[in-house]
Amino acid sequence: MNGYGLYVLLAFGFTFLSFTGLYVFTKIQYNKEKNKFTSKFGALNPEQANLAKLQRINKEILSNASGN
Amino acid sequence: MFKFFEPNKIFLITSRAFKYVLFLFIVVLSVGLTEALILSPEDYKQSHAVRIMYVHVPAAWISLGIFSLLTFLSLIGFIFKNKNLFLISKSLAPSGFVFNVIALVTGAIWGKPTWGTWWAWDARITSMLILALFYAMYLVAWRIYEDQEKVFKITSLITILGIINVPIIKFSVDWWNTLHQPASINILSKNTIHVSMLFPLLIMTAAFTLFSLLIFLMKYNTELIKLKSRGLDRL
Repeated sequence: MNGYGLYVLLAFGFTFLSFTGLYVFTKIQYNKEKNKFTSKFGALNPEQANLAKLQRINKEILSNASGN
Repeated sequence: MFKFFEPNKIFLITSRAFKYVLFLFIVVLSVGLTEALILSPEDYKQSHAVRIMYVHVPAAWISLGIFSLLTFLSLIGFIFKNKNLFLISKSLAPSGFVFNVIALVTGAIWGKPTWGTWWAWDARITSMLILALFYAMYLVAWRIYEDQEKVFKITSLITILGIINVPIIKFSVDWWNTLHQPASINILSKNTIHVSMLFPLLIMTAAFTLFSLLIFLMKYNTELIKLKSRGLDRL
């Protein structure tokens, strides 16, 4: 690349690393909150669990349908 | 109108959209990288160093776009007392900040072979650095304030103050003598960039937009789960 290869590699490499870092960090946060939610849900008594299941969003979180 | 932004409804969309956005991102990024690194021509002055433009410019555009969106959503959220708009803003901010940092770092890398220096207190670089500070303040405010009303007010204030800087970034190259060249891409007048370079630039911009959408979806779903988790505590 006429001596510019290192600069191009550095720029694209830094971008790739930033993307990976942000993706991994966000994913870890997502999984942490999801696990916290699941364990909280598991600790509910049957009456409370039925009440919580009335909300569609709660069922959606538990079903792991997102594939995230 | 705001009924559309209710978390219960929006979670169904955001949780299912993820895999499609991820697939689209991989496809568009692959095309963009092939164009940017292999197919696009070298510049007659900058030679292959011009390829840095394909990451630097989209990153700068998206960080500016996201900050403008943050301000708009915070203002609307504040006026109409809609908490969900604040959650959307909060979920957009991390990718905006990372794109801002990418623009600064890749700009420094591009500066070395073209200007002979990694850094200069040029009007555009300095105003981009100020934008990064506003992003940092915005993200820190969400971390340190626990009272919701307070954090809504403070983050709105940060975005309103920060948005003043956005037109300064845009027009800094016209208002002052800077190392940066004037804009090559104009909506209202003729572009001064050849289509063989414009095409990969637009493809890479699309790929970066899809990436920020991907991060937004994950972050927004995380925020909704947190909200629902607090809801379980109240049962």
